[in-house]
Amino acid sequence: MFLATGLLITIAVTLSLYRVVVGPGVLNRTAAVNVIGTKTIVLLVVMGYYFERPYFFDIALLYAMINLIGTLVFAKYLERGELWS
Amino acid sequence: MVLADAITIVLLGVGLFFLFVGSIGLLRLPDFYTRLHATGKCDTLGAGLTILGLIVHHFFYYPGTILITVKLLFLILFIFVANPTATHAIMRVAYKTGVMPWKLGEERK
Amino acid sequence: MEIGRGEEMMKRKKASGILITFSIMFLFWILLSCLFDAFHLLVGIGCSATVALTSHDLLVKGRSKKVLLKSFQLLLYILWEFWQIVLANLDVAYRILHPKMPIDPRVIEFETTLRGDFALVTLANSITLTPGTITILVAPETGKFWVHAIAKKSADSLLVDQTMQRKVADVFMEWKHGVDMT
Repeated sequence: MFLATGLLITIAVTLSLYRVVVGPGVLNRTAAVNVIGTKTIVLLVVMGYYFERPYFFDIALLYAMINLIGTLVFAKYLERGELWS
Repeated sequence: MVLADAITIVLLGVGLFFLFVGSIGLLRLPDFYTRLHATGKCDTLGAGLTILGLIVHHFFYYPGTILITVKLLFLILFIFVANPTATHAIMRVAYKTGVMPWKLGEERK
Repeated sequence: MEIGRGEEMMKRKKASGILITFSIMFLFWILLSCLFDAFHLLVGIGCSATVALTSHDLLVKGRSKKVLLKSFQLLLYILWEFWQIVLANLDVAYRILHPKMPIDPRVIEFETTLRGDFALVTLANSITLTPGTITILVAPETGKFWVHAIAKKSADSLLVDQTMQRKVADVFMEWKHGVDMT
């Protein structure tokens, strides 16, 4: 059951990879990378149940925060042209 | 046990359906702003429902370590607050640097 | 005299801010790591104290009135919103999977009576999570919102009905700007 879920999530990630490659401009690619990050979090939790190791959930929580901060920093850089002024 | 498996499979199935709809929306929709509609809403709910299904599974199969479900509930809450914020941040950048929205009848962008 | 009293009040606010931040961080530590032996608890106290001393003013900012009532109303509002989220996503899924894709996007703009930080953030998040609308820009001085809507039905539910603005204003009790309702 969990292995099938993991495979389906991987297929969904491959579908979003198309928008990262094509996708005119840097904004489309940033949105697609955010989507891939969210699906990775779900995949980590599912794999934590498949391999029966409870430490995967901490890694999922940490990666959720890293994904958010990465997207926000990228948006700030694209808006201003520099990070600190 | 069969009831727990049934609830888990239903929740996982609906969650996976919404995750797929989010990705298909990224491919099909014609404009940047409309693509963000698809990912910002469906992706968040799909992830929330999938992790909820896994919490139900944990509740019935491993009743000794119930404190781990609190960690997963906090993860769901965090995704529900963080994903709309990131979507809004990207959309604000697009609006301020002058990306024009798509109106009905134009071609794909 | 008055300068002395003001300083003492600020010191008391700072001390209570540090205490609240420390207790929240320590509760989090116990919740996330389910280990209760002496070494881990001591390390937890050390880390929570460091975080509370250096960044307490990010979490607790001043003292607003009637915090408990607002938190209870916020909880009820979140329960109403879960139902709206499910409806929203079924609507978006229908629009994406339909072979003709019935969308008609537009940008609308409206004013609200909310001025506080938390109220504006709650309304912006709710608009992004519910049927067919995403917040583009927020102007915090005048309470103006720029919103991108995906169809005429969703745009009307924000411009004409205004259910969501009324509900958030009821939660935070900010109906008229400049009138102290406490």
